[in-house]
Amino acid sequence: MNLLEKLDAAAAARKAMLPNGVGAFGIPIEEVYSATEARIGDRRVLLLGTNNYLGLTFSPECIQAAHEAIDKEGTGTTGSRMANGSYFGHRALEREFADFYQCRSGIVFTTGYQANLGTISGLVGSGDTVLIDGDSHASIYDGCILSGADIIRFKHNDTTDLEKRLRRLGDRVKTTLIIAEGIYSMLGDQAPLAEIVKLKKEYNCLLLLDEAHSLGVLGETGQGLVEKTGLLKDVDFITGTFSKSLCSIGGYCVSNHPQLEQLRYVSHPYIFTASPSPATIASTRAALELLRKGSDLRKQLWRNSLQLYTRLGEVGYTLGPDPGPVIAAIVDSPQQALFLWQNLLEHNIYVNLILPPAAPEGKSLVRCSVNAAHTTEQITYVGDTFAKLYSKLSQ
Amino acid sequence: MTKSNYDEIMLLLCDRLGNLTNTGVQITPETNLISQLSIDSIKLLNLIMEIEDTFDISVPINALADIQTVRELAELIYKIKSAS
Repeated sequence: MNLLEKLDAAAAARKAMLPNGVGAFGIPIEEVYSATEARIGDRRVLLLGTNNYLGLTFSPECIQAAHEAIDKEGTGTTGSRMANGSYFGHRALEREFADFYQCRSGIVFTTGYQANLGTISGLVGSGDTVLIDGDSHASIYDGCILSGADIIRFKHNDTTDLEKRLRRLGDRVKTTLIIAEGIYSMLGDQAPLAEIVKLKKEYNCLLLLDEAHSLGVLGETGQGLVEKTGLLKDVDFITGTFSKSLCSIGGYCVSNHPQLEQLRYVSHPYIFTASPSPATIASTRAALELLRKGSDLRKQLWRNSLQLYTRLGEVGYTLGPDPGPVIAAIVDSPQQALFLWQNLLEHNIYVNLILPPAAPEGKSLVRCSVNAAHTTEQITYVGDTFAKLYSKLSQ
Repeated sequence: MTKSNYDEIMLLLCDRLGNLTNTGVQITPETNLISQLSIDSIKLLNLIMEIEDTFDISVPINALADIQTVRELAELIYKIKSAS
């Protein structure tokens, strides 16, 4: 099979899973009306397939900051920070992130994906070991592969299994990095951080926590799982993204280790890419300010999340173990997931369809992402529609 | 590690791979994991975790990049187990 034939085979497998040209992946969104509504084809749909947790995509403060940055500094930086220099905004945002986490320093990356790629590949290399949760995001897997370190998986959120694998490493634990996530994107569950920190200390290795889905969602000021658990000082490196609660694009790593700064000189995903645009940085800075003060937004987010999680559970859906804004209905087959996804869209509700092998343990999911801007009426409508479809799932 | 250990690994792999796949393919040392068994990446990674526990070893998943056949996988596990 030549290179193009391999792609043809992959395309055929995808089409076999999604019959009749169903465009569940990368669906065209024609117009976006607000943080909760958009037009898909000729339908005005409710958006429950975004990661807009605080509902800030149309925040006047963020929009104004982006406009002003474009007017003052133009549309792009046209190159890397290493070659083209660091704008005031890049450095300010790094200081603000470090301050937000009460850490020594922070680094901004051009995407959240690159934040994991750049941090992991900068921290570990050939001869080192990374111990990663089995349900880790692709950016973590890819960062580990890029690093050349030995990659060992532990069973998802299973600290007994993590300990077993740490023990097997023997002396190699000295150069081992454990990686976990604040909230896992597929089932919306949270890492058992206290137990992971205990093991990290016992075995004397380092810990990186990805707060991509938990930034803005967990903790009094929205730091994430580190704040909710009171373990901020016990995590060596925190990464995250601007593309979810901060409604922009980019990523960060913060740490109290002074060695973090060296990543600027060894991390290819940081060095060899264009730096974030002025508008991106400006809107992110405005959003971070709103996020820090956004306890009301978080309260509303959690009210909405608990309303939908409780309703779907009462209806009979199998859900992820932890309530939260990522709510995954776990169904028995790809066909059931496709049925549910299509029918929700016909009822003007857009959610995410997740099929094997993307979903954990070969499951099929229909995943909702709730946000703070959803109204109670919208969440009620979504819950009622799921309820109406439940009995038809097994027919 | 002895030849019997290697045979034990091979038997275990053939047994587990047979349970993981429904292709009807007779699993031999030369069976290709991807092209013949169509085993997806997650299933393969979960199988590796099971093997790690059975033999009390660490098998880095990046070591799987060059593995095509059941024999190559058995040899990798044998090599790691022998060195542990």
